[in-house]
Amino acid sequence: MNIRAYRRCAEGTQPKHLHPPYVSSLKRAPAKSLVYLPHTISEVTGPTFSKELVDVKACDLTKQHADAPLGERIIVSGRVLDEDARPVANTLVEIWQANAAGRYLHGSDQHNAPLDPNFTGVGHTLTDAEGRYRFVTIRPGEYPWKNHYNAWRPAHIHFSLFGPAFATRLVTQMYFPGDPLLPFDPIFNCTDDEKARSRLISVFDWETTIPVQALGYRFDIVLNGREATPIEEHGHETQR
Amino acid sequence: MNLQATTSQTVGPFFKIGFSWLYRDQLAGPGVSGERVSISGRILDGDGVPVPDGIIEIWQANTHGKYAHPDDEQNKPAEQGFTGFGRVPTDGEGRFHFSTIKPGRVPGPNGKLQAPHLEISVFTRGLLRRLITRVYFPEEPSNAEDFALNLVELERRATLIAKRIEGRPGELKWNVKMQGEDETVFFDC
Repeated sequence: MNIRAYRRCAEGTQPKHLHPPYVSSLKRAPAKSLVYLPHTISEVTGPTFSKELVDVKACDLTKQHADAPLGERIIVSGRVLDEDARPVANTLVEIWQANAAGRYLHGSDQHNAPLDPNFTGVGHTLTDAEGRYRFVTIRPGEYPWKNHYNAWRPAHIHFSLFGPAFATRLVTQMYFPGDPLLPFDPIFNCTDDEKARSRLISVFDWETTIPVQALGYRFDIVLNGREATPIEEHGHETQR
Repeated sequence: MNLQATTSQTVGPFFKIGFSWLYRDQLAGPGVSGERVSISGRILDGDGVPVPDGIIEIWQANTHGKYAHPDDEQNKPAEQGFTGFGRVPTDGEGRFHFSTIKPGRVPGPNGKLQAPHLEISVFTRGLLRRLITRVYFPEEPSNAEDFALNLVELERRATLIAKRIEGRPGELKWNVKMQGEDETVFFDC
């Protein structure tokens, strides 16, 4: 059986596990080297999720309660592509975020900003045949954290994607253009490659902005592409 | 290739609100064939402190060694209702638990079968990208010839093999040690 491996990420475009400015990484990053694993059938397959699983209402975070949440309504949309710019269709996209005041609906969030009874901050959807996804939500607030003195997270939305294989699983965060906190955030700045970092910042988008309703932000996500040639009995020829 | 894969970012401390709708701690329903196993353990940090804000995802083949995925073209039976996906959070003491069936052997490099294994992703606050590892099964003769286990130094292989719990058949223990002594083997994948 021939296996077509997935490509490894380009050098410098992914964070190292240990990033000392992000204090929580100090005791949780592996100290030993990772063992390079050539892809087998176990890594080039992965969970798939059917339309039946997906709650169609889960892509509109402003309509999950009796009333509208507080804050600025926004449309967050984009495409999920592979490195060859091919759409990744029917893949699950999950998001979670703070409310407009910068507070998560989570028991461990001790920030003294108000919860919003009309906002849970959780959504999911499947991409369409063109790899497109779209969420309606509110712009999340910035919030303080304890990483260092006067530490504040820039506004962000957490994204989780599966893609076609175990090897393509990705969790990331989307940021907003012009956020003054970005240069100071150790999580945003965890990656060496500046261009790779800047791709985490969404783009204001007139095309998806709805008059008198909501501003549009576009955030395209790229998952690992596939090696061009199959590997006979998946040997060790995978590019490092 | 003309695009580059998006940069990974940490799940942060509050991911449970986003992930809980898809928790799956029973991977195999009543009608699914295979040897039943339950696996429990803890995620521990470099100081041995339990990690309460962690999550484990599981990906595995069915008892026949077939994945529920279109790219698995093996002529082996599918199992109705078995997706092979699991997702479990850690509790306040860093513990996780899930039940499944022991997967069959799947093809590996050089025409050899791999030993039965689970593919594991670990996400926690503090991890800027997931950790990838595998769980193998105890007293499994094929472990000796498994290509991935053989990529690992002999003295570290035990971190990838679940242990039997004395007097509790079908119950296995497997811990994730993120750093330091007895650090779990993590893969670059």
